[in-house]
Amino acid sequence: MSIAEPADIAATHPGQDTPLIEMRDISIAFGGIKAVDGASVDLMPGEVVGLLGHNGAGKSTLIKILSGAYKADAGTIRVNGEEVTVSSPRDAKRHGIETIYQTLALADNVDAAANIFLGRELLTGWGTLDDATMEAETRKVMSRLNPHFRRFKEPVKALSGGQRQSVAIARAIYFNARVLIMDEPTAALGPAETKQVAELTLQLKKQGIGIFLISHDLHDVFDLADRVTVMKNGKVVGTARTADVTQDEVLGMIISGKCPPAAVAGPGALRS
Amino acid sequence: MTEVAPAPAHPVQERKRLGDHLREIEFDPRMIGMVAALAVIWLGFNWLSDGAFLTPRNLWNLLVQTASIAIMACGMVLVIVTRNIDLSVGSMLGFVGMMVGLVQVRLLPELWGLEHPLTWLVSLLLAMTLGGLVGLLQGALIAYLAIPSFIVTLGGLLVWRGAAWWVTQGQTIAPMDSRFRPLGGGVEGAIGTSASWAIGIGLCAAICLGAALIRRRRKRFGFVLRPLWAEIAIVGLGCAAVLATVMVANAYALPAGVARRLVEAKGGTWPEGGLSIGHGLAVPVLVALAVGVIITFLANRLRFGRYVFAIGGNPEAAQLSGVKTRKVLMLVFGLMGVLVGISACISTARLNAATNAAGTLDELYVIAAAVIGGTSLAGGVGTIAGAMLGALVMQSLQSGMVLIGVDAPLQNIVVGIVLVLAVWLDGLYRKRLS
Repeated sequence: MSIAEPADIAATHPGQDTPLIEMRDISIAFGGIKAVDGASVDLMPGEVVGLLGHNGAGKSTLIKILSGAYKADAGTIRVNGEEVTVSSPRDAKRHGIETIYQTLALADNVDAAANIFLGRELLTGWGTLDDATMEAETRKVMSRLNPHFRRFKEPVKALSGGQRQSVAIARAIYFNARVLIMDEPTAALGPAETKQVAELTLQLKKQGIGIFLISHDLHDVFDLADRVTVMKNGKVVGTARTADVTQDEVLGMIISGKCPPAAVAGPGALRS
Repeated sequence: MTEVAPAPAHPVQERKRLGDHLREIEFDPRMIGMVAALAVIWLGFNWLSDGAFLTPRNLWNLLVQTASIAIMACGMVLVIVTRNIDLSVGSMLGFVGMMVGLVQVRLLPELWGLEHPLTWLVSLLLAMTLGGLVGLLQGALIAYLAIPSFIVTLGGLLVWRGAAWWVTQGQTIAPMDSRFRPLGGGVEGAIGTSASWAIGIGLCAAICLGAALIRRRRKRFGFVLRPLWAEIAIVGLGCAAVLATVMVANAYALPAGVARRLVEAKGGTWPEGGLSIGHGLAVPVLVALAVGVIITFLANRLRFGRYVFAIGGNPEAAQLSGVKTRKVLMLVFGLMGVLVGISACISTARLNAATNAAGTLDELYVIAAAVIGGTSLAGGVGTIAGAMLGALVMQSLQSGMVLIGVDAPLQNIVVGIVLVLAVWLDGLYRKRLS
């Protein structure tokens, strides 16, 4: 059961044609439990889509399929209209899909540069690690994100929560991402740092980067997102433009699965 | 004092403690601690043995005895950094040593005749290949079948020890090829005084050149540089250590009979009052040094090494970053096996025989060397130089106790206590640091 046929997309996005990302009828099961069941989401360039739902609703799993951490049992992924297979994090990165994980996924024992370039190290002509260039590039990208950052030589274990977050974000945006997935990006941050992440999100949006914002907290994403897709028990409850619905209506989608009239209902919507 | 290159401004710094100073010059305080411990051990044994410890002869032998464990410790650091362990290295050494003996003493002489000039090389390559394959096999079980390394290599400990016996039904194989024996040290494994000086001076030149190149590169990127005095002190210390080692090795005189044969073989005449000819550096020590340099390069300068450390720090993060963690893990065990192969040749050559008991308990000494050398069993942390120094500390303890006549059982007790003590102190230090 696919819910958002191309016609629906045209309805929610007048004037735009090809979505940056189209995930169609994605399913994955772990030992008989369907963590994601026929879910479809899409993302336009320069758009922020909030992916909401309770813990265990399947939103993180769905997004891990896009970032290559899991392989879907069924369904298709299109990038710029072209069907692609994403079977490893490497594949995802090749398509310009970068992820900031909830756990940040940093190697604590090495420095910021080593983390930012992990898996994509710059090499010298001799095939050895070009640490000097990597450090110089790290200084550049970090000066944009966190101008006060100085601890380039220390293992990231020694950094504060905000600094670690900056390193994780730097890793995602350094390689010219087209799609950015942020999984609970502010879960471990204070108010000032949360604001910083919000500003960064808007700045990246302006550059035409599509952003999936995953959160179990509605307030985190409602102001930032252009659209929200709500999941419950592995299924999509519905998708709505934030301009067309109220926070209470979205809350209703999250809690009871009840889809308001302004939203496009999905297979997980409560039938009345 | 501190030279700051122009581009990024350095934050205002408050009063610094000694540790900060050391960190600023990028020198690991733990390394200093270990060198200090080594100095205490050496001076202590020298005092207890009435000056018999710090003699060229004893130090030369000490280095030769350390070589085999030090080489394997290099590989063990990488294994432990990935949060794994290899308990099978001692048994593997026994098995590979037996295979080398079999090929060298029974197979190759039948094919090529005795004392063929390539016999030693074929033996060495065979040992490295065989060790590598055994390591890869164990690595594959650990990485792809997700069997804990403790179990796989515990099985390996039994399997390869049994296999070592099986090769010849327990028979010892001897003697080894004359071109193979230098690998084990001894009189024939000493390279002579002039060659030692050449190597020593070459190493010093390499240290200076390397430091200069790194400094120039950092300067070009406008990074903070080490203070010049620190740079010179570190380079100076390195060169001094190299030259001192050469001097000690050269000061250890060959036995008169050997020296005489050497002189006469070169067409000279043996002088009336005799002549003192030094040993010079030993082949196994040079091999260990080369292995240390290569593995350090691998660990610090290549992607492979970066991945090894990243996996140790956070395996999931490494995988999500696109690192092929399982392949890297398998290769780490393969590399461990190759190094065991080299050590097997050194032990076999040193003993001038292949026995199925060779390498018994080596796994424990190798792990102890790595851990004393600052490798954290929790993974992610460790240095090759530290592990090699750790091997030297262990061997110094053992040799020293033999020298002052400590009973064998007591030796084990002391080594065991020192290991536990060293790890406890290291833990304390780390806690204070964080």
